[in-house]
Amino acid sequence: MSITQDARLQPDPLAAAPPMTGLARADFGNPAAWAVGFILLVMPLIANGFFLIEIFGTTLILGIVALSLMFLAGYGGMVSLMQLTIAGLAGYMTAVLGVSGNANISLGWPWWLATPVAVALATLFGTVGGALAVRTEGIYTIMITLAIASAFYYFTNQNWDIFNGHTGINSIVTPHFWGVDWRADVPFYYVILVVAALCFGAVGYLSRAPFGLALQGVRDNPRRMAALGFNVNAHRVAAYAFASFVAALGGVLQVWNYRQISPGSVGVERAIDILIIAVVGGVTRPIGPFIGALIFVLLRTFTLDFLVAIGLDGNRFRLLIGLGFLVIVLFSPDGIVGLWERWRRRGEQAPVPPGGDRHG
Amino acid sequence: MTKFIERHPLWSFTILIAVAAALWLLFATWPPGLEEAFGRKKVFLSAVFNGITLGGLYFLVASGFTLIFGLMRNVNLAHGSLYLFGGYIGYAVSVATGSWMLSFVAAFIVVALVGVAMQILVFRRIEGQDLRQTMVTIGLSIVFADLMLWAFGGDFYQIQTPRALVGPMELPFVTAVKSSGEAVYLQYPMVRLVIFAASVVIGVAMWLALHRTRIGMIVRAGVDDRDILAAMGVRIQLVFALVFALGAGLAGMAGVVGATFQSISPGEDIRFLLASLVVVIIGGMGSIPGAALGALIVGLAEQLGSVYIPTYAIVVTFLIMVLVLAVRPQGLLASR
Repeated sequence: MSITQDARLQPDPLAAAPPMTGLARADFGNPAAWAVGFILLVMPLIANGFFLIEIFGTTLILGIVALSLMFLAGYGGMVSLMQLTIAGLAGYMTAVLGVSGNANISLGWPWWLATPVAVALATLFGTVGGALAVRTEGIYTIMITLAIASAFYYFTNQNWDIFNGHTGINSIVTPHFWGVDWRADVPFYYVILVVAALCFGAVGYLSRAPFGLALQGVRDNPRRMAALGFNVNAHRVAAYAFASFVAALGGVLQVWNYRQISPGSVGVERAIDILIIAVVGGVTRPIGPFIGALIFVLLRTFTLDFLVAIGLDGNRFRLLIGLGFLVIVLFSPDGIVGLWERWRRRGEQAPVPPGGDRHG
Repeated sequence: MTKFIERHPLWSFTILIAVAAALWLLFATWPPGLEEAFGRKKVFLSAVFNGITLGGLYFLVASGFTLIFGLMRNVNLAHGSLYLFGGYIGYAVSVATGSWMLSFVAAFIVVALVGVAMQILVFRRIEGQDLRQTMVTIGLSIVFADLMLWAFGGDFYQIQTPRALVGPMELPFVTAVKSSGEAVYLQYPMVRLVIFAASVVIGVAMWLALHRTRIGMIVRAGVDDRDILAAMGVRIQLVFALVFALGAGLAGMAGVVGATFQSISPGEDIRFLLASLVVVIIGGMGSIPGAALGALIVGLAEQLGSVYIPTYAIVVTFLIMVLVLAVRPQGLLASR
């Protein structure tokens, strides 16, 4: 009981745990899922370079990082604000270990060595951070992870030996092998798509595997799980380890995408953006973060033009994001996915309002 | 105290040695060997004083944060925004009226009203849902940050120190001995010392108010079990609003202090939010003495770190937090 119980995003077990596993499996028989998959596969035929990478590529990358948060928050009941920090560390390590324009810092390892080591280091960092966070309960998680995230931001800002201070690391060299420049728009899009699909599949699979079910049990009632003989903290730390790995993959893609990284990329605002993406999309299902990321990227790209077009100050993007986030948190805690599910179920359960509404 | 010594004789001895060493470092004239290894004593003393006075500022910010959390279980991540807002209000008032004291009063009242509005309009609706409240405060902090950026721009603002407090003050700490045998004493800005003294007074007043008055008794009872308290017939919503007003108002006043000490600009909200978080994680959530101890530790670690290991200063603060979480996850002085 106690704090963890209250700290779950979706306090009603009816709406959260049992239907989720069933629905995730049902997705594979869902024609809409096949259609979305097909469109994503042939996207390079439809979209040009700008849309392909700046919109869809970025959406998928942010989606991967937010997916790691969704896994922790949705299945583990732990809202971690350090997922972007883990991704940022993976990006920084890719730059520091690999080849970049800052020759005095970069060690110049080949990408096939630098990338796995970067991912491993970031995963280790995330796991240790998670092990710290699980020493306390519920709401403290968000504070500890926020403290880790902002400490990392200030550290990258003031440290010149490893992170090159506030200028960051520029002109990072991306992989180039088998005669393909993997950072060219179309190959890079497919790299992102494959990684995103693997992460999505892995989260979906884990949520139904014994480990994921035990984790959801830990989220719902840690005491009972402990009494049943499960090691509650070990499950939580393992969840952090997996989520860190996913976030680290997103971080490597992120740094390949922009070819540079600086403290601005790991700032507290960015870390909170990941939370916004996950919560707006919905943390009850793995598809939520990707929906949230698409909305976020579209807003970020087009708000300026839109606001100027209707005669407002174009710089108020964050105001809009903040207000949108507030509306979602106050009125639909399970995000866009929750809204959609409620809308779909409106006929079946007309006499009994669905659980989520109680808090709306 | 005696119980602690009886139970942990080894720890007590270590602490005693550490305190003695610290006192010696502060008061003695450093031998030349130490000055060579460690830098000049003046630098060390200034860093210590900067750390202690910065700790006073952190205490002002964090005490409101910890008070609100203790009673309402509300992790107010918009607390940094309240600090920054208080700084801006104080700046506007001090420019308009030229009065430093008035800027404190104005910042306290305006920011307290914002806090009450947040409590009544938002948090009351989603009471008892910790995580959603926290998310709402994150949303609010984004909105506030952007509104303040809109209104005040990205400039740095600094509040003019009143003339009576400008200038250094000589303290009875020897920094060096001249060849003539005459001792040189530490010169330190008076305004920082005055503000530190004020934050100590505020801290003691808060402790007395919590432990010696009726309203403090109600607040402490609310920290322990707010449902029972409500069932006893106490108008708990009124208490919540009052505590929120006090916590927010303290953050606003701290903003004026921060704008006088240093300066305020966008981004300071996150800096002070981080400081409050680390302070209360170290000291223990919901505990005023814990906030004081945590603020002192964080302030000293930050200033000494930035003098002796400049590019790794934040790591020191962070390691302290990690150490506390590893040894005593509930915080050093938490009651629970």
